[in-house]
Amino acid sequence: MSQNPGLSVSELTCERDERCLFRSLAFSLNSGEILQITGPNGSGKTTLMRVVAGLSLDFTGEVFWRGQPVADVRPEFHAALLYMGHLLGVKSTMTAEENLRWAMGLHRNDLSREEIWSALEKVKLAGFEDIPCYQLSAGQNRRVALARLFLARQPLWILDEPFTAIDKQGVAELEQLLVDHAKSGGMVMMTTHHEMSLNYDGFHQLVLGGGV
Amino acid sequence: MSLSAGLGVILKRDLQLAFRNRGDLINPLVFFLLVASLFPLGVGPSSDVLLIMGGGVVWVSALLANLLAMDSLFRSDYEDGSLEQLMLSPTPLWMVAMTKVLAHWLVTGLPITLLAPVIAVMFGLPSQALPAVVMTLLLGTPMLSLIGAIGAGLTVGLRKGGILLSLLTLPLYIPVLILGTGAIDAAVNELPWHAHLMWQGVLVVLGVTFAPLAIGASLRVSVSG
Repeated sequence: MSQNPGLSVSELTCERDERCLFRSLAFSLNSGEILQITGPNGSGKTTLMRVVAGLSLDFTGEVFWRGQPVADVRPEFHAALLYMGHLLGVKSTMTAEENLRWAMGLHRNDLSREEIWSALEKVKLAGFEDIPCYQLSAGQNRRVALARLFLARQPLWILDEPFTAIDKQGVAELEQLLVDHAKSGGMVMMTTHHEMSLNYDGFHQLVLGGGV
Repeated sequence: MSLSAGLGVILKRDLQLAFRNRGDLINPLVFFLLVASLFPLGVGPSSDVLLIMGGGVVWVSALLANLLAMDSLFRSDYEDGSLEQLMLSPTPLWMVAMTKVLAHWLVTGLPITLLAPVIAVMFGLPSQALPAVVMTLLLGTPMLSLIGAIGAGLTVGLRKGGILLSLLTLPLYIPVLILGTGAIDAAVNELPWHAHLMWQGVLVVLGVTFAPLAIGASLRVSVSG
């Protein structure tokens, strides 16, 4: 473990419908690391992400943030966490800009309009800022959510299938963003079925499933 | 990151959303007016009967209209993942819950309270009873929203939570209803009604203190699945 332990879990066990998804799982994620959780469908990747983020309560074991149990430091943990699940948290009746302002407004209150617009531009949504999200495609909605990454100051990113519905070039740009984030001391925990072509020392994989 | 800024963001968006979905905004109000105005047609136009029933009808209609609106409190946020974002924000969950209930009350409970005197006049309630109608609803509807939000939080994960929500929350609505109609009855009969109002105040203090914690816990259970 490095001097600045970020996220670590120990003895994590989770059962669903009398089926063991993972048992006595332990890993740690430190500054500058990217952890990809892989495994076949139904192997518990999303469940693991939700357990670590604190959304799922149905598990045994312990999750630590900076060496302390998450339950004891929940506000600090939430302030440091950016979570993106299967559900994007993008409201269809609101515009891309409003959605982004809200999602980041929960974490930051110093957002300028220029920052928001430039983040939307980076995810190729320039010109779509004030269009309600129900008029955008699935991939564009995903990009509205991904634009948060460009504004985030949280060190820990938990991303569940962030590349879904994103085109090839977009994926390459996102991979670069993740590496940049890790290089500047961030942490990324993610799942994807996409073949990651990261040329980065801090990139690790954790394989779930395959019969415990 | 100041707390009030985070809460302001939540409040602002909920109000914005409410005004964008006009149908959802107007539904409870129309329901309130319809239910209340059907009673005279059902029981006859005798002013004695209407005077006796007036306070009760206003309150029961308000209660049902509130219940109707309650199911939508967390549903869309749950379905599109906004609720997860809210739960993982640095703002404590009970404060988030409180803010959402406040926003919801501003677009349901408050308009109902403001419309209620119209219904009261329609039932021939004397003018000295109108302050009682408004004041009891002003204290009572936030309480209904707080109780309803606990039920809404518990049932938001269920596909058909509507009936269950009513079964869960209606028994808890009863004390609020009894105190509200009691105060109006007293006012109609020119008796002092402030005792009822104070008891309602007690309920609101209790509700504001404990309900947000219960709402937060119920949301955690629902999101956890």
